[in-house]
Amino acid sequence: MNWLLAALRSSLGRKMVVALTGLGLLGFVFAHLAGNLQVFLGREALNAYAQGLKDLGALLWVARLGLIAMFVTHVALALQLARENRAARPTRYVHGGVQQASPGSRSMVFTGVMILLFVAYHLAHFTFGAAHASHYAVGSDALGRHDVYGMVVAGFSEPLVVGLYVAAIAMLALHLSHGVQSVFQTLGLNGPRYEPIIKRTGCAIAVIVFVGNVSMPLAILMGLGPFSTGA
Amino acid sequence: MKLTLNIWRQKTPSDAGHMERHELSDVSPDMSFLEMLDVLNEHLQVEGKDPVAFDHDCREGICGMCSLVINGTAHGPMKATTTCQLHMRSFKDGDTVDIEPFRAKAFPVVKDLTVDRSSFDRINEAGGFVSVNTGGAPDANALPIGKVEADKAMDAAACIGCGACVAACPNASAMLFVSAKIGHLAHLPQGQPERARRALNLVSTMDAEGFGNCRNYYECEAVCPKEIPIDFIAEMNRDWRSSVLKGGS
Repeated sequence: MNWLLAALRSSLGRKMVVALTGLGLLGFVFAHLAGNLQVFLGREALNAYAQGLKDLGALLWVARLGLIAMFVTHVALALQLARENRAARPTRYVHGGVQQASPGSRSMVFTGVMILLFVAYHLAHFTFGAAHASHYAVGSDALGRHDVYGMVVAGFSEPLVVGLYVAAIAMLALHLSHGVQSVFQTLGLNGPRYEPIIKRTGCAIAVIVFVGNVSMPLAILMGLGPFSTGA
Repeated sequence: MKLTLNIWRQKTPSDAGHMERHELSDVSPDMSFLEMLDVLNEHLQVEGKDPVAFDHDCREGICGMCSLVINGTAHGPMKATTTCQLHMRSFKDGDTVDIEPFRAKAFPVVKDLTVDRSSFDRINEAGGFVSVNTGGAPDANALPIGKVEADKAMDAAACIGCGACVAACPNASAMLFVSAKIGHLAHLPQGQPERARRALNLVSTMDAEGFGNCRNYYECEAVCPKEIPIDFIAEMNRDWRSSVLKGGS
């Protein structure tokens, strides 16, 4: 097993782990988006979905632990690599500048840290009810389930909250605009023939994630639909 | 042409260094960038000052010895051109030109604009070659190589090891250089017996030399005087991955 540990300690090995965990986290982003879009189907659909997730019991914890492991590994390795990158150029250029590096590639650490902070806020908001506690404390629906629908509508009726969510999702989209295509390059799956497809796929995924996720807070804030907080 | 030059001056490797301003009024547009620096140095010597140290050798764009980051770009504003092949007609009368050394922990400054790039030599020594027992020279066409493969090998072999990729990378990563060395031999039959070992050894030496990690900015590709594409980095990642799984034999 020494060969595997040595490989995982090298720059390429750690980058590949960051790429793979990033891909796993992207899978979660899509699953999370697909689940949440049910807010457009109304109170019954979303609350039933939320209750269904809770009813998974032990399975839910397996998924959660897997997700946490991927998240921690992705963040820890990326920050470690970033620290090495800073150390690799002790003296900065007096006259800086870039030729073709995309804004997404140049802001990976910044957008990544912003996403990390947002995840903490988002969990405190809708999972633990610690931030804006009144949103989480909307009570239960007619069937005695936690009224997730009412909570989301209450949360996204506040412009400040919506602003925070939209900004965070923009960070995620910028992160993905570079991250997705970067995965292919890092895993050695890129090549002159696939490069245009990979670049377009990366941008398309970033756009889908952005549009899909901002559609919910914006639609609720602007009242584009029969959204109501009451049960 | 009249130019204002801001040049990095650093007496010793441990000196902090600073930018120094020089006015040069007798610049011909037909001079190469290095000839312009020669003229500056002649003036400095006449004035009894220390001339600016910079690296150069063939001045034909093929040796990889000249360097410099000119106005923030490794090898200056011309695409696919080394500093020695950059001519002053690329600048305008009255321009201010900032000249800095290639900056990386793995390329320590020796003096002024000269840097020590022997970390590249150590990477090559780790396996950037084929081990061939000497004997009679084989016939030129004894070993057929497909045209496409031969072209790819040549594209990678065009690397002159100047280090512009490292200088341009925001992370001071040497991935383009290392991938060119690996890619050059990976596309030739002679490179196959040591292919897996080469990928592992070159990458581990690159890491040990203190280069940064690739973040796929592709700044290296933009400044490479030999226009080596980042496809070789993807190929190296692929080669390294399968070499790890094969156990490097």
